[in-house]
Amino acid sequence: MTSISEIKKRMKETSAEEVVQSLFDKIERSKLNAFITLTKEQALKEARKADKNGAKGALAAIPIAVKDNISTRGIRTTCASKILKGYVPPYDAHVIGRLKAEGAIIIGKTNMDEFAMGSSTETSFFGPTRNPHDLSRVPGGSSGGSAATVAGGEVPIALGSDTGGSVRCPASFCGVVGLKPTYGLVSRYGLISYANSLEQIGPLGCSVEDVALLLDVIAGHDPRDSTSHVVKKKRYIDELEDDVSDIKIGVPKEYFEGVDKGVEKAVWDGIKLLEDMGASYSEIGLSHTKYALASYYIIAMSEASSNLARFDGVRYGLRLKKDKDWHTTFSEIRADGFGEEVKRRILLGTYALSAGYYGRYYLKALKVRTLIKQDFENAFKKVDVLIAPTMPFTAFKIGEKIDDPLSLYMADVNTVPINLAGVPSISIPCGFANGLPIGMQIIGKHFDEGAILRMAYTFEKHVEATE
Amino acid sequence: MITKKDVEHIGWLARIKLSDEEKEEFTTQLNSILDYFAKLDEIDPNVAPTHHVSGVVNVFRDDAVKESLDQKDVLQNAPKKEEGFFKGPRIV
Repeated sequence: MTSISEIKKRMKETSAEEVVQSLFDKIERSKLNAFITLTKEQALKEARKADKNGAKGALAAIPIAVKDNISTRGIRTTCASKILKGYVPPYDAHVIGRLKAEGAIIIGKTNMDEFAMGSSTETSFFGPTRNPHDLSRVPGGSSGGSAATVAGGEVPIALGSDTGGSVRCPASFCGVVGLKPTYGLVSRYGLISYANSLEQIGPLGCSVEDVALLLDVIAGHDPRDSTSHVVKKKRYIDELEDDVSDIKIGVPKEYFEGVDKGVEKAVWDGIKLLEDMGASYSEIGLSHTKYALASYYIIAMSEASSNLARFDGVRYGLRLKKDKDWHTTFSEIRADGFGEEVKRRILLGTYALSAGYYGRYYLKALKVRTLIKQDFENAFKKVDVLIAPTMPFTAFKIGEKIDDPLSLYMADVNTVPINLAGVPSISIPCGFANGLPIGMQIIGKHFDEGAILRMAYTFEKHVEATE
Repeated sequence: MITKKDVEHIGWLARIKLSDEEKEEFTTQLNSILDYFAKLDEIDPNVAPTHHVSGVVNVFRDDAVKESLDQKDVLQNAPKKEEGFFKGPRIV
């Protein structure tokens, strides 16, 4: 992998243009299929400009990949769906504005599950992304392209989005660091909505330091997202201290049920290592965890059925050559434009919200969400952070689960409760099983990204030292 | 248990035309997923629903005129347009 500091060093020795060109050489030869769109010409132009005028900003001349559900002015944005054929956003997402203000160079738009609905990046209209550790396996999802390209050393940092684990799952499967911020920390303006009450844009990178640096750039209040919080701006990079002696870890036993042996061992080894560094730990219960997955999927699908109603071919995207009556026109465009998983979720969401079923599914799911949130609030009265496996297993084979949607949903069992509660969580590599990376997630209190980053930073420093 | 006819109706509500094979496949799959969702029937929590974790209720702003996107930019992606408007399919 290639860290930001490595990129900076190489740019100093040669030039920004040469380094950016070398990354494109690598991506163009890549077997990962991590990108939907490359922005080579513009990126090289910006690199030359940086060479000529000097680069400015926290991410000066640093190449970055962006998930293809984040709007980029003038660069096609597809959500990996046929229905957004030819769509070029007329404006930038808030986070893109922040990247540009800090001098970052956008390399391209990364592959993903269609509309971020999936955990394997297999549902993309543009074909599956492959895992750099084993090309026959999935990179996780839905931000699979972002995680795979970082893990493959093609780009130092990337943006993903996390609705129910979509940053942390691919981070875990590809062996990189990925963070889902507290709901409201990062503006969703320009993020194409799937389940708006759950999702956040999050950074991916090969080190905790790079992830903290990217979070510093994208976090902060934005009036264009009414759920964006006004939080005191602090620099996460300043919180990275090699010290966890004041931290109390909670280990939620429910998150180890049904987890592969190799994963369980690696995460426990991680907790023991942090104990050696001075942290204390205790086992705790999050008793409503068993209801989280059903609650999450009902809420996410319900919100999706509403959010995706906008794709009707009037303002953008696919359109029939010759219109029929409005119902037939919209129904045929959506039949042709949406993939199978997207249709499945819209149908289930429509059903869950329909007359007679609202109380049984949607309202019940929202009440369960209250219980899940209370579980976390109670836990955080006793401990500072929670540690658990990100995924119950390592990366599976391409095609292994895709024909059985429910089994694929089950893979998200440890990641979705975090989105229901809106708390932050970072996934960090903690070992390997049969050559495949394992991720450990550190979950924090609302807006306490500082603590989980410090914990992850300390872990990363010492796990490297002992290996 | 939902039937093929139910799936057809949901497809109508969602404005997604389904082929016959899709109706068959989705009937089976939706039933197995809904069986799993029935897990929530086990509990009847006496708590308020959480729509949003942020606790934000209403966010107001001043009703001030600000710059917006250019008409040309807004229409640039429209598959069909006419005289500065989006052109939708016929309604009546």
